[in-house]
Amino acid sequence: MSFIRPAFRHPESPKNDLGYTRQYYEGALSTLCAGCGHDSISGAIIQACFEMNIEPHQVAKLSGIGCSSKTPAYYLGNSHGFNSVHGRMPSVTTGASLANRKLLYLGVSGDGDTASIGMGQFVHIIRRNLNMVYIVMNNGCYGLTKGQDSATADFGSVNKSGSANLFQTIDLVGLALELGATFVGRSFSGDKGQLVPMIKAAMSHNGFAFIDVISPCVTFNNNAGSTKSYDYVRAHMEATSAIDLVPEKQEITTNYEEGTTKRIELHDHSVIELHKLAEGWDPTDRHSAVERLQSSRNKGEILTGLLFVDTHSKDLHDLIETVPQPLNSLKEQDLCPGSGVLEGINGEFR
Amino acid sequence: MQQLTAINDLVIRFANVNGTGSASANNMFAKSIFRMGLPVTPKNIFPSNIQGLPTWYEVRVSEHGYLGRRAGVDIMVSVNPQSMKKDVDSVRPSGYFMYDNTREIDKSLLRDDIHYIGVPMIELCRQHFTTDTRSHQLLKNMIYVGALVALLDIEVEVVKGLVAAQFRKKEKLIPPNYQALELGIQYIKDHYTWPLGLRLERRDLIGDSILIDGNTACGLGAIYAGATVAAWYPITPSTSVVNAFEKYVKRLRKDEETGKNKYAIVQAEDELAAIGMVIGANWNGARAFTSTSGPGLSLMSEFLGLAYFAEIPLVLIDVQRTGPSTGMPTRTQQSDLTSAFYASHGDTKQVLLFPATPKECFDFTADAFDLTERLQTPVLVMTDLDLGMNDHLSPPFQWDDQRRYDRGKVHSADDLEKLQQFGRYQDVDGDGIPYRTIPGTHPTKGSYFTRGSSRDEMARYTEDSEPYVRNMDRLLKKWNTAKDLVPAPEFYQEKDKGNQGMIFFGTSTYAALEAMEQLEAAGVPMDAMRIRATPFSHAVRDFIGRHKTVYVVEQNRDAQMRSILINELDIDPFKLVPVLNYDGMPITAEAITKQISRTLHNASNGHALAEAQHS
Repeated sequence: MSFIRPAFRHPESPKNDLGYTRQYYEGALSTLCAGCGHDSISGAIIQACFEMNIEPHQVAKLSGIGCSSKTPAYYLGNSHGFNSVHGRMPSVTTGASLANRKLLYLGVSGDGDTASIGMGQFVHIIRRNLNMVYIVMNNGCYGLTKGQDSATADFGSVNKSGSANLFQTIDLVGLALELGATFVGRSFSGDKGQLVPMIKAAMSHNGFAFIDVISPCVTFNNNAGSTKSYDYVRAHMEATSAIDLVPEKQEITTNYEEGTTKRIELHDHSVIELHKLAEGWDPTDRHSAVERLQSSRNKGEILTGLLFVDTHSKDLHDLIETVPQPLNSLKEQDLCPGSGVLEGINGEFR
Repeated sequence: MQQLTAINDLVIRFANVNGTGSASANNMFAKSIFRMGLPVTPKNIFPSNIQGLPTWYEVRVSEHGYLGRRAGVDIMVSVNPQSMKKDVDSVRPSGYFMYDNTREIDKSLLRDDIHYIGVPMIELCRQHFTTDTRSHQLLKNMIYVGALVALLDIEVEVVKGLVAAQFRKKEKLIPPNYQALELGIQYIKDHYTWPLGLRLERRDLIGDSILIDGNTACGLGAIYAGATVAAWYPITPSTSVVNAFEKYVKRLRKDEETGKNKYAIVQAEDELAAIGMVIGANWNGARAFTSTSGPGLSLMSEFLGLAYFAEIPLVLIDVQRTGPSTGMPTRTQQSDLTSAFYASHGDTKQVLLFPATPKECFDFTADAFDLTERLQTPVLVMTDLDLGMNDHLSPPFQWDDQRRYDRGKVHSADDLEKLQQFGRYQDVDGDGIPYRTIPGTHPTKGSYFTRGSSRDEMARYTEDSEPYVRNMDRLLKKWNTAKDLVPAPEFYQEKDKGNQGMIFFGTSTYAALEAMEQLEAAGVPMDAMRIRATPFSHAVRDFIGRHKTVYVVEQNRDAQMRSILINELDIDPFKLVPVLNYDGMPITAEAITKQISRTLHNASNGHALAEAQHS
């Protein structure tokens, strides 16, 4: 979008508990196409961080390569960012997290970056349950190389050049559930009401939090016949529930009819509230989530919402039993065994 | 028939079947020689297999202290019928062939120019031990060690001490192993003249040396350097680097109160992920490393380009093996030089270190962490299978407790407070090395965006030519700065002896030094320089400049180091003569001497030789 964003902001813009305005969480101006779904997701990330009172410098934002992976430049200007190589964001984030378990890791990827070139790393980061938020901005096509079908394009979906996709789609949500991901959600870039609380819940989760966000490509995949167009997604979206995230200290104020609301307490004692819960489905039961997803798929619906969460999840650091302080903060006295020990080791080799 | 006669100068080779427990008996044999104060060089020649294929163990003993491999087997200990024909053939004339004569040897295996020593290993086991066949197999190994104790005059108490140490946790195995040892000794005493003309005598030649493999040394070096993150993917011959790191770090880096780990080791899904993790960890301020070998290095190439261009520290230990492709995974070579030096697309050059001994594996690995953070570029420690997986006589490792890690140019929160402006890729000091910040340092200052795409001094994305060129030129300036920071070359003469020079590095060193003595004895004095790093310092250029002909000794087919020298220093190719070995076996002095002598002879009908001899 080639316009100059005015620097002027309302002098009485609301501030969060840290005293920051929403503007403080913004980044550089987006260079994506006007109307790109990805910009809405960037906006949702900004909103979620603002509402969650996140210190931007305590966030590391990472990405791979592609349109989606450009977005970290457009939010959280006071966070360190890392635009790595194609499909390899998971490994770079893993290393970053190993170095400092205290930061919040926010990874952004695309459907090409995750479902094709980065599939191997995606699968293994789920296995390791790295403590991070992993958002796929899923538009079913390769934008930067001008619109080729990606691996998440639905079978039969028609692209801009008019040809129908011959291959089966990879459903990242189904895959993540199957692989044991500990937090799985799907949303739509056009539904901020659902997306913002879902990102907030993901940030509160201890372990790998995956959100697949359908994000139409206005330039290459918004045509009639595409199953990732704004019109198609709006017409076929099926939400499992409405979500609220209630932070630890905040009082629960919303009131819903008994039996239609589920409260899930997370590791950090914040609570996810799911309202208007779909029948016969329990978001803490993986099996029911998989079944619900399958039945929606059979009906041609795009199931959205928080589909599954494991509140007892142990992340990679828990599993490999690292010390609580960041490894990057350890000094010589913590790390170097010294010359006396070395002399002993020499003795073992004589 | 003539007898070989020598004290403390021999090559013995054991021909075993992989997976039959021969390694521990063979190691004990070599260690007992080490404990008799003698320079010893054992080498494993093993298949890419877990059980069943032929495997050899070769031990050279050298009173002179030659630690390279020597061609020709003086004594063959054959316990593998599969390879017997090949093993008989490889014995030098007048040498010895020890075998199990429980069954009569095939007549076709008899040569009339070598000595045969039959020891009924299986029969002795059957007679004296009632245990199962698997135990027989292990005890059989101790029987041949016993036979060698008698034949070579090895001190039996030394061997017994090693047996006791080996089985200190399974004490009931000590008596049968002692008995097997004695059976071997007694059989030789009853049936042969002992000791042989080739024998060993205690000396005091090794001082406080240790006998250790390079991979263990690298693993320890990483611990001492404060590495907290290791990410890797299993591949021979580098696997034991991380194994060693893990073994010692578990012992040395547990939090005393909580038992939690002050380290993280991740076995990645592939080499791409391994180096990705190492980059992420280094970017975030931890010291992190990976280790790999040729095929893994190829996979890591893309990420090495990112780390070069985005200026992220990382240590990579490349234990080279025989390529190309899968090549011979369990044989040695120095053949990753080109792919490591120029790793990744675009204009890239990488800092390489070339250790030659386990001591240098320890030192260079530790130094690599300082260098990579100082330079903010990858540092690759280029060892090889021979150095990494075989035991070598080495000076003991040392650590200066006053040493502090050089974390390089990293801004703290206080620094950032004082700064007018932070530009991640600004050349503030004029040495080409910029300042970096670690995520989480300061609430409002010092954050920046890391990327593999072009950016300006302020780390802003740009596709403009000028900042791109400025950046590429600054990277070259940094490269020049590195020349004085990396380990300097080592010289083996006070001043030049003539106009013939020799360059070598890494595991070619032992053989090259031995070859130098051989050439000197033949009237061809050589000046020698051992390269220990890239980029090449001015001393490297000067050495080549001062000599008319320089032989470049290396273990690959295409003379890769020679090409890099020509490329980097603009040397006349005719001046650099390749001396090569690429059969997968460690290079020998004989091979070097032969190639250099042949070159000298061929050059203008021997004029060059005459000239060299009179220079």
